[in-house]
Amino acid sequence: MSVLLETRKVCKSFGPIRVLEDVSMAVHEGELVSIVGPNGAGKTTLVNLLTGLLEPSAGEVLFMGETIAGVGPVELADRGLARAFQLIQIFPKLTVKETIAAAVISRQRERWRLFSQLTAGDAVDARVNEVAEIFGLTARLEHIGATLSQGEKKLLDVASAFALDPQVILLDEPTSGVSTAEKHGVMKTLIAAAKRAGVKGILLVEHDMDLVAAYSSRIIALSEGRVLADLPPNRFFADPHLIETVIGKRRGH
Amino acid sequence: MNRSANVLIALSGAVALTLLPLVAPAYYVGLMIPFYGYAIALLGFNLLFGYTGLLSFGHAMFLGIGAYGAAIMSSTLGVRPFELTLVAVMTASALIALPVGALCVRYTGIFFGMLTLAFGMLFHSFLFKFYYLTGGDSGMRVARMTILGLDFARYNKIEFLAGPFYYYCLGLLVIAGLVMWRIAHSPFGLHLRAVRDNPRKAEYLGVHVHRCRLAAFVISSALGAAGGAILGFRVGLADPELVYWTQSGQLVFMAVLGGFSNFFGPIIGALTFSLLRDQLQSLTEYWRFMLGAILALIVIGFPEGIAGLAGELARRRTRSAT
Repeated sequence: MSVLLETRKVCKSFGPIRVLEDVSMAVHEGELVSIVGPNGAGKTTLVNLLTGLLEPSAGEVLFMGETIAGVGPVELADRGLARAFQLIQIFPKLTVKETIAAAVISRQRERWRLFSQLTAGDAVDARVNEVAEIFGLTARLEHIGATLSQGEKKLLDVASAFALDPQVILLDEPTSGVSTAEKHGVMKTLIAAAKRAGVKGILLVEHDMDLVAAYSSRIIALSEGRVLADLPPNRFFADPHLIETVIGKRRGH
Repeated sequence: MNRSANVLIALSGAVALTLLPLVAPAYYVGLMIPFYGYAIALLGFNLLFGYTGLLSFGHAMFLGIGAYGAAIMSSTLGVRPFELTLVAVMTASALIALPVGALCVRYTGIFFGMLTLAFGMLFHSFLFKFYYLTGGDSGMRVARMTILGLDFARYNKIEFLAGPFYYYCLGLLVIAGLVMWRIAHSPFGLHLRAVRDNPRKAEYLGVHVHRCRLAAFVISSALGAAGGAILGFRVGLADPELVYWTQSGQLVFMAVLGGFSNFFGPIIGALTFSLLRDQLQSLTEYWRFMLGAILALIVIGFPEGIAGLAGELARRRTRSAT
């Protein structure tokens, strides 16, 4: 099982404040790794380090064996790491087709073609249709982003990230804003889509312990900037003290 | 709006403009030359504004580069072919836009606007103060040039402008329109619109946000210079007034008037503005006041401009017909 994404003894400080301390973690091929922890544990900072937005104060961040410290989102997308945000991010005036095509164009290195017709690229069209079909957006292809329902916007947000053909995808609370009844449905769609799209590893940042328990291969618990535990779900949830530290106070059970 | 509707609009516009000199008095035909200059400049301006979401308040700088470039080429260097002048001013403008744009596109919104305004004013001061280089407030003379290798010597300036040069500019507008249409509808054009709508998301989809903005800035500067060369050639003078910030404001006015979210909007805006200003000037000395009132009405009543209004009317007609 090869390592896709990892941090080695990463520290991050903002001025005098140490946000992450000696964080080592890895996502291997075929894994869905969840990052959990109370607010202020350093999850967001870790995600920003893993997506090349921030450079670590010390330690290494590696993707497919190469350093990605501070390379930025575009380079990362090119290398095969995609990110879907907690808050829905779409292009309000672009159609579903155009939104997915924007990612496909990046993936197929067509971005600097100034004079070719967008619709002339059969390869782009084929891939857009494929992604739309996986996410059930085929009927909405010509609709403007702003006119979609909340659920469709979420799907479109994630679908456009998948359209990059990533090796690893980082999902930041993918079911936020989705009703309790629908959350498992959405997660299953996402995981099935990831498999179909050839995604090798998923990193999930999630507060909802039902989802973490149901879908994770491994759970990494952060607390006060340190890795408190890195365990498979059965062992993680067998430790009441651990659950208490990570979620007990926040969720009240 | 679908593709065939766009083709129909473009074709009927081109046909109407071709026939105009046959039916309209020479005065109005001459009035159309600035329209062509502004329309070409606005095609570029709108790639930046309408497609990339960057509102420049200093775009008149590029009009100035075009006009002064034409003066240097025709009067100082004695270059006769207008085509060579066009290539030279567009290249020079793009080369100047590269470092200016690299600084400006790091910012968006009001900061981008103010920075471009600052560069525009700097350029204006340069033209105004460096008298020995630029002629200061007297400007620089733009000598008559040949078009397509012909000098049309038997035409006086007015006949030349209302005849051969009119059609020449129409040709340039058509070419600029086709090129910009391709760019706006290319993969690159889609990335520009993605940057406009949500730069953060665009980055995570592999869009080079800064480079896209810079490329749009450079392309728009080149078209601005082409427009400026036409304006300078028509008057026979490159004047610092052409670079003053009110000229930049005028470009924004035209784009908003015509509708910046439509490809043809800026062309419609340039046409309406040119005719409107002429009519208002002949009617009242308070024409600036009238123009201001019209702009306010457009922004409040029809935020998508004349093109948006026309599109809406067309949609209503189709709906009521079905």
